[in-house]
Amino acid sequence: MDILLQQIVNGLVQGSVYALVALGYTMVYGILGLINFAHGEVVMVGAMVALTMTQLLAASGLPPLVILLIALMTSAGVCMALGYGIERIAYRPLRNAPRLAPLITAIGVSIVLQNLAMMFWGREYHAFPALLPHSTHMLAGAVINDVQIIIVLVALAVMACLLLLVHRTRLGRAMRAVAENPSAAALMGVNINGVISVTFMLGSALAAVAGIMVSANYGIVHYYMGAILGLKAFTAAVLGGIGNLRGAMLGGLLLGLIESLGAGYIGDLSGGFFGSNYQDVFAFFVLIIVLIFRPSGLMGERVAERA
Amino acid sequence: MTAANNVLLDLSGVGKRFGGLAALSDVSLHIRRGEIYGLIGPNGAGKTTLFNVVTGLYQMDDGQFTFDGIAYDRCKPHVLAQAGIARTFQNIRLFANMSALENVMVGRHLRTRAGIWGALTRNAGARAEERAIVKRARDLLHYVGIASPHQTLAKHLSYGEQRRLEIARALATDPKLLALDEPAAGMNATETESLKALLQTIRASGVTVLLIEHDVKLILGLCDRVAVLDYGRKIAEGVPEEVRRNPAVIAAYLGGEAA
Repeated sequence: MDILLQQIVNGLVQGSVYALVALGYTMVYGILGLINFAHGEVVMVGAMVALTMTQLLAASGLPPLVILLIALMTSAGVCMALGYGIERIAYRPLRNAPRLAPLITAIGVSIVLQNLAMMFWGREYHAFPALLPHSTHMLAGAVINDVQIIIVLVALAVMACLLLLVHRTRLGRAMRAVAENPSAAALMGVNINGVISVTFMLGSALAAVAGIMVSANYGIVHYYMGAILGLKAFTAAVLGGIGNLRGAMLGGLLLGLIESLGAGYIGDLSGGFFGSNYQDVFAFFVLIIVLIFRPSGLMGERVAERA
Repeated sequence: MTAANNVLLDLSGVGKRFGGLAALSDVSLHIRRGEIYGLIGPNGAGKTTLFNVVTGLYQMDDGQFTFDGIAYDRCKPHVLAQAGIARTFQNIRLFANMSALENVMVGRHLRTRAGIWGALTRNAGARAEERAIVKRARDLLHYVGIASPHQTLAKHLSYGEQRRLEIARALATDPKLLALDEPAAGMNATETESLKALLQTIRASGVTVLLIEHDVKLILGLCDRVAVLDYGRKIAEGVPEEVRRNPAVIAAYLGGEAA
């Protein structure tokens, strides 16, 4: 088994999830200049709702794929409502407040959601049912299973749709116009609040998809799962250049690869001193390096000109 | 009632304060359909504040505001844009990182409907609408005389073309009233001449024009009527020649004692 290739495969799978979550951070930042630290928790809620749906439907006798689709739709719906609600209740009243206020509010929302989820779903780890085919394939010396293939393909498809939406449609044009200059967009007849709501809902739907991907891949769901995932996806967004959609995609995939390759080789490189449990260190090491040497990220800041 | 129907924008007793400063006090204007109406005054007289009230960026503190027969009180900019008021800015505010064509296409936003569903499914209706938007935007770019390729990013256009692009974007909203905040600022004589021709064409197409301008020659040659603001009050109104000879206006521009 080829370790390099295997780590690349693992990295791409993990990176696809980071990319989907990073898009949620970057879209909101592009339009509002706000870092929505509650976004990771939306991913968690997406996974939890999907878990509950699969449990409810377990005895229904429906085919696993249908159950998963119903779970996906429900969880996307719940997350969109949640994203809309968060913006409406927590951020909109602070639209013109100093920048620190919404940032701290975002952290507060994140804590509230974690605790609500803990009260509702409990503090224990839940097993996420294996609804997707799990057979493994050899790919030029690396092992990849069906779930991982599906994750990468779905992530690519969703990202392609998002790019089309933002660059080729009336709604996407309105989103970019608001990101560029909110007051001029309003005077051209764009309903700014409407566009902002849609942005939050789109990002939250992506988060739901990502939440289900993570759960299906690892088979475990937990009320705290959104925190570290959210931080890493935020890192990915910064790495790619926050505010930039393609940057978030690139940053997500790159971060997945860096983590995976780092974890795979750190043992050998450090003579066994560090182990692969140092995986998480890489993400935040990357964040520090990017912030020092290229704060605007790999692809700069093209969606939003506002700092 | 014909006289009332003839008035497109009717402001009476409009006031706007910022803290203790009265930026506008008791300003009344009646802009008639199809005219080019000039708004002049020394710097800080409240011209741009009045524009911001009329386009919904500021909420007025006193007075009444009627547009096209409908009274507006506290209104969001996109609602007034829907009603038919479009504007340009004194300091250009284009969507700098979008192409010239896309800037105008954003202006079509409120006259088109395709929502998230049409965007996601890209059904026949949404695509036909998108084609119509592109065509209209291209026509408008020709109409205002932008020679650069339509895919050029707005920030890469020349200054004169950026000003024209703002006008095209405003026209894309199908306005009844086009409000221009110093459109000739920074233009040379040739550019100003062709701007004047463009504004006459726009008026001939049935759009009423409200113009803030410092270029006296442009105002005299273009406007049907002019109002003069000073310290937030209207000090004169009338045909340009008459306003130019008004002692209060001369005093405002040249200093207190001339009156």
